[in-house]
Amino acid sequence: MSISKLTPSSSDSAKPKINWARVDEADNFANTVKLYRQGKYDEDSFRRFRLQHGAYGTRMTSDYAMVRVKLPAGEIYPKQFETLSRLSEQYSIGSAHFSTRENIQLHWVVLEDVSEIFRSLAEVGLTSREACGNSVRNVMCSPLSGVCSDEKFDSTPYALATAKFFLRNPMAQSLPRKFKFNFTCCEKHGMVRMVDVGLIPEIQQINGSEQKGFKIFLGGGLGNRSFIGHQLEDFTPEEDLLYTSIAVMRIFDRLGDRKNLARNRMRYLVNDMGWEKFQNLVLKERAIVRATQSVVTKLKVDTTPDKITRPLKISDESGSSVPDGYARWLKTNTMKQKQSEYYSVFITLEAGDITSNQLNSMATLIREFSSEGKARSGFVQNVALRYVHEDDLVKLYSKLLETGLAKSGGLTMTTPVGCSGTTSCNLALTNSHRLAKEIQRKFLELKLDEDEDLTDSSIKISGCPNSCAQHGIATIGFFGGGGRLGKDMYPNYQMSLGGRFDADTTLGQTCLRVPAKRVIPVILKIIEMFKENKQSGDTLKSWIHRIVNDSEDSNIKSVGDIKKVLEPIVVPPTKEDDPDFYLDYGSDTSYHTKTGKGECAA
Amino acid sequence: MCSLTEAVKVTTDIDSLRSEIRDKSVRVIDVRREGDYKQDHIPNSVNLPLATLLSDDSPERVLKLVNSLGIDDETPVVVYDDTFGALASRVAWTLEWIGHSDVTLLETTFGNWKSLGLEIDSLTPEISNKEHSMNLQSNILATSDYLESAKLRDDVILIDNRERLNYLEQHIPGAVNLPYRTLSSNDGILRPKEDMKRLFDNRGISGDSEIITYCGSVGTLSGLAYYALKSTGIPNAKLYVRSFKEWKNLEKPTDKQADANYWDLSAE
Repeated sequence: MSISKLTPSSSDSAKPKINWARVDEADNFANTVKLYRQGKYDEDSFRRFRLQHGAYGTRMTSDYAMVRVKLPAGEIYPKQFETLSRLSEQYSIGSAHFSTRENIQLHWVVLEDVSEIFRSLAEVGLTSREACGNSVRNVMCSPLSGVCSDEKFDSTPYALATAKFFLRNPMAQSLPRKFKFNFTCCEKHGMVRMVDVGLIPEIQQINGSEQKGFKIFLGGGLGNRSFIGHQLEDFTPEEDLLYTSIAVMRIFDRLGDRKNLARNRMRYLVNDMGWEKFQNLVLKERAIVRATQSVVTKLKVDTTPDKITRPLKISDESGSSVPDGYARWLKTNTMKQKQSEYYSVFITLEAGDITSNQLNSMATLIREFSSEGKARSGFVQNVALRYVHEDDLVKLYSKLLETGLAKSGGLTMTTPVGCSGTTSCNLALTNSHRLAKEIQRKFLELKLDEDEDLTDSSIKISGCPNSCAQHGIATIGFFGGGGRLGKDMYPNYQMSLGGRFDADTTLGQTCLRVPAKRVIPVILKIIEMFKENKQSGDTLKSWIHRIVNDSEDSNIKSVGDIKKVLEPIVVPPTKEDDPDFYLDYGSDTSYHTKTGKGECAA
Repeated sequence: MCSLTEAVKVTTDIDSLRSEIRDKSVRVIDVRREGDYKQDHIPNSVNLPLATLLSDDSPERVLKLVNSLGIDDETPVVVYDDTFGALASRVAWTLEWIGHSDVTLLETTFGNWKSLGLEIDSLTPEISNKEHSMNLQSNILATSDYLESAKLRDDVILIDNRERLNYLEQHIPGAVNLPYRTLSSNDGILRPKEDMKRLFDNRGISGDSEIITYCGSVGTLSGLAYYALKSTGIPNAKLYVRSFKEWKNLEKPTDKQADANYWDLSAE
């Protein structure tokens, strides 16, 4: 047998279809930083420039930046993982951070080093361009698109084409505010009604032939004030996807509020104007766009199917034993794909954090286990390894154990979303990031991931009202703030209940303020109440849903009833009785709120 | 000192070393532990474990060690390790310090040398003692006293080569952070010269300043940085060889990045 037959299969031949990078942007960025440091660039212009290139500010310092690398449609390839691994060690804190919008972030980067990161990213086709600032942010796609059994067709090529069309597009360089597209696979996996433009693939029979298109939702969004998106029309055929996107952006560009930064996302425009009026404007504008755009203005949708090749195993220790915890992990971290024999495996991270070693391991795992030769970033700060053959799952689990990536509960409530909070964000009031990790560790210890009643619920924690962790659509959501007893401050969270992001997308209802150190007991108490009052077939999510919709008739009928039960738990003790109560997670100095200037609206 | 920024040769490439070994025109020092060395090493190399050097690195002791390795003033020396060049750098720097001018680092690690399938050996060569002179180069050494006064000067840049989290948590006031991993390339212990220059240039690190490097305890990571600086022709680099460990023991002032829980962002 020749050597070449022994080498692993061609899974690494899966190469990124699109090169998102431009290496000259690295030089340009380096020069601009120099001019800025020499005082030849004013603060505001520099900030806009920096954000346009994907470098966000860092908590209480102008020396560091956070580089937000976009993964359009969530796709990430082995070589890209390896590069990110190296970059995290060289320029960041030895780890990287998956966001809720399919970006991967490098924090605490010296501003002067940012251009070096751009240079390396360009070698593997990645960019952070327009990952921040008033531009079209990373275009998301469901991590299950292409493998979901409920989807009408795979929307990934459309997400990629949309991202490609708007990246560096002059019409998207100076919008009133950031602008977000989410593509999904199906209603259940959701996330399309809480974003500027949300799209679900749809097929209609038109004159006896199948026509691909989308259900498009506009004007949703989470933040200081959140709104649910509205469906534009029954069905938008695929030829109209680009025209509709351009029309919506043109209206936003023209009418969006450029003065009042606190309320200039498109959802405010839709809300102020009223949906019907906005809807009419979009339909009229689209007619104009359709009539006036050049015929060459098209989405370049590449629907060539990906090659699916199961990686060859050189040495197969078949008959190797099944490691402890496998069944639990299989149940809570994997999903059957519509392609028979294949699974999608969700890698659980703690609040999105991944070490440089683990980033490197991900490259190897893709090569050894994914028949599509790439991975997808998910909706909840996680990574999906898809097209894993069912016969390879045990072996994959063993490999995950070796690299600390085998945590169970990935698709359950035990893996909360936590934004970066006071670990690096200027706006944060609390350490939401660490709280998410604390909850996860506690709940895994209690084996709550195995409780089927809790699987479809979610916990999401933001460090301030600005919703980066999407707390508004969580079953149990939290956002941070400061509490006070006399002169003493303590970290506190506003808790909301009953949010969802599926076909019945709802914003959670405010329940009560919960001190940071009481969050875990409060959640456990809610679970206890649910267990006492649940009906057969209930999950925590369905029970809470009935409560927020006033259709529950057990002892607990309303959010107010839940509040009453919880109130005794959240009473602050005095500092003398419980000094720890006054410290935030991860901190040994007394708590005080401290924020810098936000850059979401720069 | 000449202020011209002339790039100095700080590494020896693999091919050159192989031919120098064949010519027997070089003394190769392996700084790994004795056990590792005994198992296999680059042919004809001698062993000077870093720990042996560090147990007493007074000039007199170092001179004895150098003599026993058969090195005189004229012997070209190449040093290697299996620790991304940091341990080798510390040894090379010490030779420079006692006045040996012809010392370079192997451009790669022993691990990489092996994986390339290059020749290895387990024999220990017979070495006869030589006489090296003592010509202490105190201009490449920074002591804590020196550092304390020098860092007040505008033309001095102090570089901390530890990892970012360690730096954020605690560092010498005024230091800038350049983690040692930024200095290497994919296959070399140091970046190519142009790459290295660009990195330093972005950071405002140039030959116009005196540069002092330090790291956690014994000057290994910062030793590598010393050679990184030299590789771009920066003429005036000094190693604060006792580094942050001594600084803290002396209870000198330190700084930290306040008001942020950066540790909680790391995935440890």
